[in-house]
Amino acid sequence: MAWFKREKTGTLPSLPSEEERKVKTEGLFSKCPECSHTLFKAKLEENFYVCPKCNYHFRIDAQQRLRLIFDNGEYTEFDQNIASTDPLNFVDTKPYKERLAKTQESIGVLDALISAKGKIGGHNVIVCAMVYEFIGGSMGSVVGEKITRAIELAIKEHIGLVIVSASGGARMMEGALSLMQMAKISAALANLDQAGLPYISIMTDPTTGGVTASFAMLGDLNIAEPGALIGFAGPRVIEQTIRQKLPAGFQRSEFLLKHGMLDAVIDRKNLRSYLCQSLDFMIS
Amino acid sequence: MSFLESTKPLSDPLAGVKQYMPVELINDAETTRLEKELEKLEQQINELLKGRPEQSLSAELEAEVRNLRAKVEGLQQQIHSRLSPMERVRNARHFDRPYTLDFAHLLFDNFQEIHGDRRYSDDPAIVCGMANFLGEPVIIIGHQKANLKSRKTEDRKERNFGMPKPEGYRKALRVMKMAEKFNRPIFCFIDTPGAYPGIEAEERGQAEAIARNLIEMSRIKVPIIITVTGEGGSGGALAIGVGDVVYILENAVYSVISPEGCAAILWKDAAKSDKAAQSMRVTAQDLKALGIVDEIIPEPKGGAHKDHKAMAQILGEYLAQALSTVRCLSTDELLEQRYEKFRRMGAFEERLLS
Repeated sequence: MAWFKREKTGTLPSLPSEEERKVKTEGLFSKCPECSHTLFKAKLEENFYVCPKCNYHFRIDAQQRLRLIFDNGEYTEFDQNIASTDPLNFVDTKPYKERLAKTQESIGVLDALISAKGKIGGHNVIVCAMVYEFIGGSMGSVVGEKITRAIELAIKEHIGLVIVSASGGARMMEGALSLMQMAKISAALANLDQAGLPYISIMTDPTTGGVTASFAMLGDLNIAEPGALIGFAGPRVIEQTIRQKLPAGFQRSEFLLKHGMLDAVIDRKNLRSYLCQSLDFMIS
Repeated sequence: MSFLESTKPLSDPLAGVKQYMPVELINDAETTRLEKELEKLEQQINELLKGRPEQSLSAELEAEVRNLRAKVEGLQQQIHSRLSPMERVRNARHFDRPYTLDFAHLLFDNFQEIHGDRRYSDDPAIVCGMANFLGEPVIIIGHQKANLKSRKTEDRKERNFGMPKPEGYRKALRVMKMAEKFNRPIFCFIDTPGAYPGIEAEERGQAEAIARNLIEMSRIKVPIIITVTGEGGSGGALAIGVGDVVYILENAVYSVISPEGCAAILWKDAAKSDKAAQSMRVTAQDLKALGIVDEIIPEPKGGAHKDHKAMAQILGEYLAQALSTVRCLSTDELLEQRYEKFRRMGAFEERLLS
């Protein structure tokens, strides 16, 4: 007996054209870059953009992050109107002004940080979330100014602060002015600390350079999402300096946790409850 | 298994750090000619004055002196502008540039080094110590790119080319806290290619060490006087660079990333470092214009590397002046001014949103 038997004779219905097939599935599925598992996008969204199979944390944008963190996803943005003036008249392969204008238009924010106010676990809190899509989440004068204002507002209103970092570091196109933002923000954080107010730093993939070497490492609690790249020098720079390939896992959240640089690595689905508990502890 | 064992050993132990090594500055013939001309003009002025006070000169002579002075200024400008920003970077990296220990001995008395972070190790890329400045006990902290006497490559390697690891920054902070306890002012000297980008440095928290210094320096209750004496290499420089007065030597530079690094990232070509240095505005004049440094300290003719003693003397006058200025402030005023100083830095606009 044949294992397979054609039940009906006749021609098979022809396949839809390439074009039609694309239209039907486009945007519905996504593939996990870590384990190659095929993911249904609606399911992925439900799961906070975390692969249900291997726990890979997809990068999410600042707005998604804010909705995830705040009670009922409700918050009010502030300081949205601050923009760079290109103080150096910087030109690399294209003028910085042009780069800024184009990015501002395509992303819909003026620079690489969103400041927002709302409640977490019933506590009034300010959250600053970095916009990685905006020139690599780099920190120039605007990011520095917005974070400093957020800290000063937190002190004035006597409320806590959360910063979600996602950044390649200081922005080269604003030269040493970008560098000085590290000092400016850190000095403001000293005042927040003096005032006895909470600051929780959340590091997400990637957090490197001047951002790590200033506010990201200065939280009362420094936490990170699983698998995030976190470090001072970028892996490529280290490889070039020591002329060695870096091993897998180097500068990832778990590596930092092991070396005592993080208080915890927190899964995205547990982030809100972690924040609520921490703020309950810190605010009486 | 440690990470170092997991990879191949180095064939040339210096291959990776060669980019950080200083180079001899090319002093072209035209600059030398201009410098000679400048010398001649200065001589002429001295001859006219003959040691007399300027008020006693006749109107005619006075006009002549004024005329000559204008020429001197023009020439100085000309010599200055002959150096491109990248040449200034090279100048700042000059082999014979005076380092912290040079100043510690030329500018201070009874220098006594303080070693170690009491946590892990002693980082030779940062030196700290007690000393007397004009008779007063002070603390000195600064990068050290080479050993004091010899400046050969081996000596530079011992000092890791002035690239600190976390223990260096933690040592610096420990010593600053001691200065605070005993109410002594702090002098910091900045000259580093940057914080060391290596595996151990990352493991021990390079970023945390730098960040900690930034927050703590902003609230140390004694005067902190900063001088950028050579290369102000990014976070590795700023980590001992938060203070009440920030000076920069004429040929020193300060930048967010090395011009080579910037070129490699933005132009995808490290050879474009000239353009990067120009674009990032790294020279002393640029930094003054941007409000990042308070004052530019002139260097002896030909640069600080030509005459350490003369450089130390000029620097000493500026440091004394800075110290006497901040001394007049109460602790609260001092800290408030320090906060405001960095608070103001940055350039942005507030747009009307539709």
